[in-house]
Amino acid sequence: MSVDYSKLHDLVIVGSGPAGYTAGIYASRAQISPVLYEGSVTAGGALMNTTEVENFPGFEHGIMGPDLMDQMRKQALRFGTQLVTDDIATMDLSGDVKVLVDGSGNQIKSRAVILAMGSAYKELGLENEKRLSGRGVSWCATCDGFFFREQVIAVVGGGDSAMEEANFLTKFASKVILLHRRSELRASKIMVERAKANPKIEFRFNTQVLDVLGDEKVTGLRVSDVNSGAQSELAVTGLFIAIGHSPRSELVRDQVDLNNDGYVQVEGRSTRTNIKGVFACGDLVDHTYRQAITAAGSGCQAALDAERFLAGH
Amino acid sequence: MATEKVTAANFNDLVLKSATPVLVDFWAEWCGPCRAVAPILEEISNEYSEKIKIVKLNTDEEGAIAMKYGINSIPTMNVFVGGQVVKSIVGAKPKPALVRELAEFLN
Repeated sequence: MSVDYSKLHDLVIVGSGPAGYTAGIYASRAQISPVLYEGSVTAGGALMNTTEVENFPGFEHGIMGPDLMDQMRKQALRFGTQLVTDDIATMDLSGDVKVLVDGSGNQIKSRAVILAMGSAYKELGLENEKRLSGRGVSWCATCDGFFFREQVIAVVGGGDSAMEEANFLTKFASKVILLHRRSELRASKIMVERAKANPKIEFRFNTQVLDVLGDEKVTGLRVSDVNSGAQSELAVTGLFIAIGHSPRSELVRDQVDLNNDGYVQVEGRSTRTNIKGVFACGDLVDHTYRQAITAAGSGCQAALDAERFLAGH
Repeated sequence: MATEKVTAANFNDLVLKSATPVLVDFWAEWCGPCRAVAPILEEISNEYSEKIKIVKLNTDEEGAIAMKYGINSIPTMNVFVGGQVVKSIVGAKPKPALVRELAEFLN
């Protein structure tokens, strides 16, 4: 069923992670007829790039990320969320009628908007990292690990994602060198234990990546000791970066209030942004917890906040 | 289906010897972004059928060819002209971005 662009919609949801789909479930059950833009190639959000999700409550034996998102999507559809597999290119949130333009050039008008664009992988910020992206440099172990069979590769990071990626990659790589710029990992204890128990993972703390080496593909890294400054070269043919995420607030940067790190600011514990009728949830807002379950919870709150807003009009 | 399957058996004829530019889509079943970009490639294939041919190569089935072209991440879309790779696009992209990247072949 295609979107009726001539009518004024009540709610458009931008984003399709746990926050977006949960907002869709609640909004459609409230019979607000939400239209949800899930992204042309990114539908499902960050969990599409993970394997087992063990800590989302309700799944005693865990569930695969893509399967969890598939179920959320189907649940949103069940109650009448209209899904559009396209991106939002621009948003004008200034008026009472918000105007959004999608990747195909269609313009949709809505009284309320829920922003749930999530976050993107953080990069180290090195020129050669960008240049060799897809040619040995990756941010997604589940996506690209397959191509590094029997190779010695590096993973940069100290959190749960880095531990998970390192462990996953030992399925393919002959050795995984985990580089962390601090002396201690900030990952959860269980994830640290697993990584330390894995014989294929070697840990190098207090180590920083200065440069990625190689012409056509990655051949090594230049690293330095954070304390002594001593530099050395590491011979690896793959580099997986797992140093965290940045909020994807580019589209609304000059309209809604953001904090210094680009996260969308909301009022107290609500999902209300500084613009009436615009709500934000998930990793676009949350810089503290960033879990699927907290994102889902905030998606629910956004739908309820939007519902109350619409009822007041 | 507008996009044909290419294998080791027909790679030479379908890709290397093609008179028109050929985009080889390196993909695999387990790759989410590959599945996400597939319908977009179908559309481009239909709309620009005179200008470019789009074929799909399954990296699980044709590992040797994938390795030969140094495929390190999927989806990778390599454009072949006269048997040579003249452009390499790595990662799933929305349709407008893909059409822009392929502009030199589509116009």
